[in-house]
Amino acid sequence: MLHTINKSPFENNTFTTCVRFLQPGDPVLFIEDGVYAVQAGNRFGALIASVLKKNNPVYALKPDLDARGISAIAEGVKTVDYAGFVDLVEEHQINSWL
Amino acid sequence: MNIGILLKEGPYNHQAADTAFKFAEAAIAKGHKVDAIFLYNDGVINATRLGDPPQDDRNIAARWTELSLKHGVEVLACIAASKRRGINDEVMIEGGEITGLGTLTDIAIRNDRLLTFGD
Amino acid sequence: MSEEQDIKKIMHVMRRAPHGSIYTYEGLEMILIMAAYEQDLSVAFIGDGVYALKKDQDTAGIGIKGFSKTFMALDGYDVEKLYVDKQSLEERGLTEDDLVVDVEVMDASEIGRLMNEQDVVIHH
Repeated sequence: MLHTINKSPFENNTFTTCVRFLQPGDPVLFIEDGVYAVQAGNRFGALIASVLKKNNPVYALKPDLDARGISAIAEGVKTVDYAGFVDLVEEHQINSWL
Repeated sequence: MNIGILLKEGPYNHQAADTAFKFAEAAIAKGHKVDAIFLYNDGVINATRLGDPPQDDRNIAARWTELSLKHGVEVLACIAASKRRGINDEVMIEGGEITGLGTLTDIAIRNDRLLTFGD
Repeated sequence: MSEEQDIKKIMHVMRRAPHGSIYTYEGLEMILIMAAYEQDLSVAFIGDGVYALKKDQDTAGIGIKGFSKTFMALDGYDVEKLYVDKQSLEERGLTEDDLVVDVEVMDASEIGRLMNEQDVVIHH
């Protein structure tokens, strides 16, 4: 199941909540303000690394990163465009965390 | 794949309506079927044609009309949520329709995916 | 369409406190309509969503219609799968006794496993 997160982790606990419910192998995709979670060097780096370590792929929506001036992202995080978002939704059932 | 979209926020205040549109556009471009966009909560405000955004801004209502008329996407506003917020047939965008939550249930049942965009 | 293939697993996830925003109330309206369609419905209460079930809510003073008792009626609509996240409850200093309905209090991993089985998940 693909989990999307659209909230900044600094303002909202959606990311940390989602991680508690995440099943092994489930991909996480950050969109909208959610992409602030993957900016390199922020305090969520360790949580991102622990998610990746449990074999949960982590993605961020590139147009949302670009819109927010984020170019350096945490190691292991992949970027997708809207077409890639569609592909992830085709591969997985979707759980849009709000 | 057949896709339903549930949009729970109005236009402009949140990015939700923009992301929903961009996703729908990309899905259609890839040959998927976007069956319907169901507007709920403040999302029903997407359905008014009374909006008049500045020339240099995107016209979100026009995007829904385009999806409906050009790509056959049903644009549906929940009647209960619409009544609360002053959305009715008189202000409805071209290509949009008012319907009930039962229709959302049908959309959830008949599509491969139901995505939610909101706040 | 055959009946069997049409039964979908749909989970509603209540994540916000009631009254401060309309999401819980309109979420509940959605659940009540969907209940009439004989799908495999469940409702999970996570984070501030657990406050929706808190006993002794009296909304008379804020001028908003209360709806905590409607959760008690879900049973009558055959919505019997009510899951509450244990940590969310504990963090808020609440126990099952503080809630208006009988629920299953579960660990996040268990609710996460059920989430993964769903055809549709809708957060409110």
